[in-house]
Amino acid sequence: MPKFRKETQVTSVTDTSSSLLGKAANATPAPIASRIRGISDRSMAWLFITPAIVLLLAINIFPLIWAIYLSFTNFRANRPNAPIEGVGLSNYSRVLNDPNIWQAMQTTAHFVFWTILLQTLIGFSLAYLIDRKFRGHAFWTTVILVPMMLSPAVVGNFWRFLYQPQIGLFNYIVSFITGVPPSSFEMLGSVQLSPWAIIIVDTWMWTPYVMLICLAGLRSIPDYIYEAAEVDRASLWRQFWSITLPMALPFIMLAVLFRGIENFKMFDMVTLLTGGGPGSTTEVASITLKREAFESWRTGRASAFAIILFVAVFGLANIYVKALNKVKQR
Amino acid sequence: MTAQTPVPSKQKRPFFLRRGPMENIATGLIGLGFLMLFQPFLLIFYTWSLVTLLAGTLIFIIVSKFPE
Repeated sequence: MPKFRKETQVTSVTDTSSSLLGKAANATPAPIASRIRGISDRSMAWLFITPAIVLLLAINIFPLIWAIYLSFTNFRANRPNAPIEGVGLSNYSRVLNDPNIWQAMQTTAHFVFWTILLQTLIGFSLAYLIDRKFRGHAFWTTVILVPMMLSPAVVGNFWRFLYQPQIGLFNYIVSFITGVPPSSFEMLGSVQLSPWAIIIVDTWMWTPYVMLICLAGLRSIPDYIYEAAEVDRASLWRQFWSITLPMALPFIMLAVLFRGIENFKMFDMVTLLTGGGPGSTTEVASITLKREAFESWRTGRASAFAIILFVAVFGLANIYVKALNKVKQR
Repeated sequence: MTAQTPVPSKQKRPFFLRRGPMENIATGLIGLGFLMLFQPFLLIFYTWSLVTLLAGTLIFIIVSKFPE
């Protein structure tokens, strides 16, 4: 094995020299050094990757398989000693015939659609403006990124104050613009307004994230393409539709994918702002899931619901990755 | 007149073993299942959404392993 012979030669040269490295090599106990030298590259790779794989299996894969198993049983987490019986597909059947869960799905769809639409439009527009490199653009980029860096718990709490009808700043700004008295409407207490209150907060918090990804896309477009377009006397509008948008599209799609998956799981902000109310107007799927699992203690049914959501997001992500690859290949 | 070597005709794979069309069918099923899951019109669509989604996802996983 020539590779080993080479290593031995190098080692012997190092040993003979009186350099610091040689001394360190000599100080290493011989059995350990020989044991390490005996490991192949492949084994070494496995050695490094094994902790990550074990962690992934323990934290992600095992709970997933356990949840699939529980979804076919009558297990209740508040009665851990009760015998677990298989119920077949009955949990799935109940979840898929429950009008309340169906309603929660519609609320989730409404929330996901509007947040993604607004975040993408505003995020891309902001990225386009920041990319112009005006005076102080680095400062404004940092300012715009601040909401994203805050904890959702902090954001939820201070937006509750902002939405207060008596002292809230939001109501006063709306009143200043529209002339409607500030205490005449309640963003979090109204059936019509509460879904929009959550959409506004989520858009405020996560638009910078979309902006950041879009900015990376815009910065990756080489200048010479624009220079060639200018030589061809292409208008700014034409440059935008023929160069900027198609070349930034994979990045926009990536941002939409990330935000879409995150928003399907939205829980913290809704809990902090409305808790699913008034009534069940803002009860998104994750809140219904939590109620099934930890208030009604129907763990089996909650697991079935979680698996349904997982299949939906997984299926959509598959289509999305396929579309993303097609766009990249163009 | 030049003699030409006869080119053996390439056998076409059956429709259900071709990656392109089957991937399109799977994508269509996933999209349909997704719409059925979140639509606000008929409960029966919501009830059958998981089956549609699952079928689409399984087909997609299998056919994406087929050669181009």
